Amino acid sequence: MKFSVAVFPGSNSDYDAFYAASRVIGEAAELIWHKDTDLKGADVVILPGGFAHGDYLRTGAIARFSPIMGAVKSFAERGGPVLGICNGFQVLLEAGLLPGAMVRNDRIKFVSRIVPVRVEQTDTPFTVACASKQVLHLPIAHGEGNYYAPPEVLDDLERNRQVIFRYANEAGEVGAEWNPNGSLNNIAGISNCQRNVVGLMPHPERASEAALGSADGRLVLASAVRWFADRVVRHA
Amino acid sequence: MRARVYVTLKPSVFDPQGRVVADALVTLGYQDVRDVRQGKFFEVELADADPATAKARVTEMADKLLANPVIESYRVEVLQ
Repeated sequence: MKFSVAVFPGSNSDYDAFYAASRVIGEAAELIWHKDTDLKGADVVILPGGFAHGDYLRTGAIARFSPIMGAVKSFAERGGPVLGICNGFQVLLEAGLLPGAMVRNDRIKFVSRIVPVRVEQTDTPFTVACASKQVLHLPIAHGEGNYYAPPEVLDDLERNRQVIFRYANEAGEVGAEWNPNGSLNNIAGISNCQRNVVGLMPHPERASEAALGSADGRLVLASAVRWFADRVVRHA
Repeated sequence: MRARVYVTLKPSVFDPQGRVVADALVTLGYQDVRDVRQGKFFEVELADADPATAKARVTEMADKLLANPVIESYRVEVLQ
């Protein structure tokens, strides 16, 4: 299977995602410039972290109009798995592929550390290899990861089980004291209704080998591999 | 022709930047400051058009790009 990683001017985790997919997980991977309109035979698309277009105007606001996003949108509409990591999550929100928006962290700081993140749902292409309520140790590095959605949208997200990751403590308990940025309901990641598009602020690709402080993030990309293999078997 | 667009966070959205500015003003001795909300201001230069058309164009721009309707509201003014 093949991972295609979009590269925007200002992306900085593009190569980390490429490395994790190709060298750690051992699948085919390709970097795709944002001006391309073709996903080069992708089975999974990753929108990586960074500061696409300098985060000018709003995070993800300009990247949303990059030529590659037309292809990403049709891929997602056909049910293709799309993972937005950090700035990639912000791009998915601005593009309307995921509901809600990001505002500045509530305590004004850029937060950069490894945090416990609880897996809420395992029926997505990016969590199928995780155990339910498993706590992953993943790095966050953002100034604008404070997830906001109007109350009715938030209710829908919870009712439809679209909250996929939540900030928690080591024991997997969710509470305001373990919320690093003020996100509503401790939300660290969500999916769309169809569950094929997932965005999260933590960086699984930066936690794919023990030398990086945690290898838990490997499960996120390994999930995509398992999900893809299951579908191939089912459709055979 | 010139248009102005004022973008502000909706009242229901917490504004951490505005909060910090408000705290700084209080620290500077402006004890009467209760709150500050920070927004964005755009001046858009347009090819000449009648004001109604210009307003419709800039409103469309605000909807598509300048503001994020999930968290922000905007106001458009066309100057002669």
